[in-house]
This record gives sequence, C-alpha cells and structure tokens, in this order.
Amino acid sequence: MCLAIPGKLIEKRETEGLLTGKVQFGGITREACLDFVPEVEVGEYVLVHVGFAISRIDEEEARKTYEYLEKMGVVSEELGAIDPQPVSNQADKP
Amino acid sequence: MKYIDEYRDEKVAKNLISKLNTIAKHPWVLMEVCGGQTHTLMRYGIDEMLPAKMEMVHGPGCPVCVTPLETIDKAVALAERPEVILVSYGDMLRVPGSATDLLHVKARGADVRMVYSPLESLKIARENPTREVVFFGIGFETTAPANAAAAWQAQRLGIRNFSLLASHVLVPPAVSLLLSSPENRVQGLIAPGHVCAIVGVSQYEALSKQFKVPIVVGGFEPVDLLEAIVMLAAQLEEGRAEVENQYSRSVAAEGNIRAQQLVAEVFEVCDQKWRGLGLVPESGLKMREAFRAQDAEAKFDLHDIAVDEPAECISSEILRGMKRPTDCPAFGIKCSPESPMGAPMVSAEGACAAYYHYRRHEAADLVSIGGR
Repeated sequence: MCLAIPGKLIEKRETEGLLTGKVQFGGITREACLDFVPEVEVGEYVLVHVGFAISRIDEEEARKTYEYLEKMGVVSEELGAIDPQPVSNQADKP
Repeated sequence: MKYIDEYRDEKVAKNLISKLNTIAKHPWVLMEVCGGQTHTLMRYGIDEMLPAKMEMVHGPGCPVCVTPLETIDKAVALAERPEVILVSYGDMLRVPGSATDLLHVKARGADVRMVYSPLESLKIARENPTREVVFFGIGFETTAPANAAAAWQAQRLGIRNFSLLASHVLVPPAVSLLLSSPENRVQGLIAPGHVCAIVGVSQYEALSKQFKVPIVVGGFEPVDLLEAIVMLAAQLEEGRAEVENQYSRSVAAEGNIRAQQLVAEVFEVCDQKWRGLGLVPESGLKMREAFRAQDAEAKFDLHDIAVDEPAECISSEILRGMKRPTDCPAFGIKCSPESPMGAPMVSAEGACAAYYHYRRHEAADLVSIGGR
C-alpha cells in the first residue's frame, strides 16, 4: 500500500489549480500530482505514490550512498571476504 | 530503471551480507515495520541470507490488513446503496468484512470501481452528477496526503456529490504499543521509508530515545534493506540506540512539509481501532469539522457494528510480530489469497500473503513432518 516508485519528470503544468506532470517509469508514462513537490524540475526524479509525487529524489544523496556501497565492495574483495568465483562459472565446469 | 536496478545488484547485496557476517556477533531480533519491506524480504529471500542468529519479525505495517472489519462493513453498506458509486484502491476490494467483500457486492450489481489515484474519484463524481461518489480511502501517513488532497480539491471545486470514507492509521503509536509490551522481543527497527518521506524522522527519534532501540529509516529495494540491517547490527553491537537514515535519497529529516500541512488542514488525530491490535490511542486520523460536507461518515448515517474476527485466525499475533504466518493451523489450508480468512492474507503486503507466495514450502514441510 505504501508502495512508491521512482520516475523521471518529463512534463510539468497546472491543472485546475493543481500542479501536475507526466512521470516516466521505464517505458510507462503516468500523470502525477506535483503539489507536494512544487520545486521539482523537468528531468529530475520523483517518488510517486497513488498518483502523487511525495518526494524529490536527491541525486547527491543517492550518489553518496552508492559510492559508499561500491567502495565497501572493493574493500571486502581486497580482504578476500567474498567468494571470487560466481556460482554460474562453477556450473559451467565439467 | 534508475534508482531501482542498482539497488537490486547482486554483488552489492553479497558484499552487505559478508559485512553483516563480520559485524554481527550476537543474536538480534529486528522488525521491519512496513508490509512493503516484508514483501521485499520474502521475495528476495533476504531473511534466509542473514546470519542464523539474526531474526526478522514482521510488523503491523499493512494498512489494508489493519483496517477494522467495521469500516469494511461500512464501505459494503455504502456500496449496496443504489445511488452510490464506491471507489477505492484495488487492494481494498478483496478484504473480507464480517459478511462479504466489495468485490462480491460488485458482482451482485453494485457500482464499485477501482482507481490508482484518489483524484480519479473526483473525475468520476463530475461525470456522474446524479450519483454519490464515495472514495474509501485508507492508509498510513504515506497515503493520507493524497486522500486529504481529494477532499480538499472537492471542497475547493464545489464537487458536492463526492465524499471520503477515511480510515487512516499512524505508525508511531502502534510501534510504541509493540515496544512497550512485556512480550516484546524486538531490539532494532527498520522504520518505513515512505511514511518518513512524509512525516520526517523526529517521531522516530522520540521512539528510539524512549525505548532505547536503534532505528534505521530504510528503503524498499533489497540493497536498501540489507544496508539498513547492517546499520542496525552495527548500532546494536556498539551499544548505540540512534536514528539513522539509510534512505536519504528520498527522505529528508523534516519530511514533506507541504504534505504535512494539507493533512493537518483536513484531518485531526483520533483514537483508532486496528484490526489485530484493538483500540490504539491517538493512532488515527479523522476528518475535521470544516470538511464535514466531504465526510462520508457524516453524510450517510453509518453506525458502528461490533464484529468478531474468525476465532481460528491468528492475525493479531502475526501483526504484533509474536507468531509467523506458518504457525497458523489455517495457513495455506483453510486460508489462502483466493479465500482469505484474515486480512494479512489479502493484501500483497500482508505477512501471510508474502509467506504464501514465497515460503509455502515451509508450511508444506511442517505438514508432511506432522503427518509422519
């Protein structure tokens, strides 16, 4: 029920006093109300729940988190903490 | 898709698991509050990848599941009125009330419609000026702003044949109830990320202080949940109890102020009955006097009827994290998503439905062992 999906804002306009827009989720485009995130600009990503954008996705925060996650991978690989052999390779062996 | 695919990356997930194996030295019991998070845990088998000593218990965070039977009966009673078009989210149509569900009422000829957004119900109201359109709007803090917006817009545009049958629940009072129970086993919480996108993190800071439990605001993808679990394990091992935000790409500390303001304009806090938990003080939202014309409870003469849950259903213990769906004797036998006895089997986010879809073999194993 609290499902919310990130999508890219591709169009912004006003409809009957509400700020609305078109949001692209992969290949699907849906209308969304933007009244709760009026600052969002076309090209940015929003989190959409039951037809309402509830938050603007912060690209900088996403980048920081992801860099941390990727760095952690490099460190644990260096320490040999993970099995370097993917499962699929093992299956290929005779 | 951006912001989804990278959070489903298998390599990153494996790194998080190995990190967890390094830092988790003691047995810990964690709860994910939100049903959407329960669904991700089950779907990706995350609970089965965790170190054996770490246990996830599932919280009450499925609004469909905790909507009181009486409220569903009210929606059914409204749908049966010939002048009414009853509109709701798809999840609500299959939830059993005390006698029937909205889908069966629809099959008998009632005008019951499913929408994606509450604003669509305003469109239906305008297209059907001689009918009464009632939007059955339920949800947690995440959904309350959208439901509020429908009532607010109806008032602003003077759409008189629209009203809202609202049933809203608030997460912190229920979490507080669970943590203060003498039977509580939960030592760390994953807070619901989309609820926090609206309300911010301050309420969770208060809970963390009061109960001395670490809380991490978590997202909904597998990598999000694994990272939140790693952050909780680190706090527990280090003896810290703080609020941390794993989901900072979507959750600002202050939440969404505009959404909060609209909710406060349309709704006020009230005591609320939760299916499975009973009456929880100050845990719901009701429509303010200024929105009486948009309040279906006031517009139609709806009475509360006290209704008992099926005795065999253990949903109250499941919603409080005390039992697992597979502990229920009716699970998968008398109770399935096709023929649900209790609400956690109805919604895709209900713990019972998540176990039915992804963990049925466990129950089957139990049955076959028992049968030997």
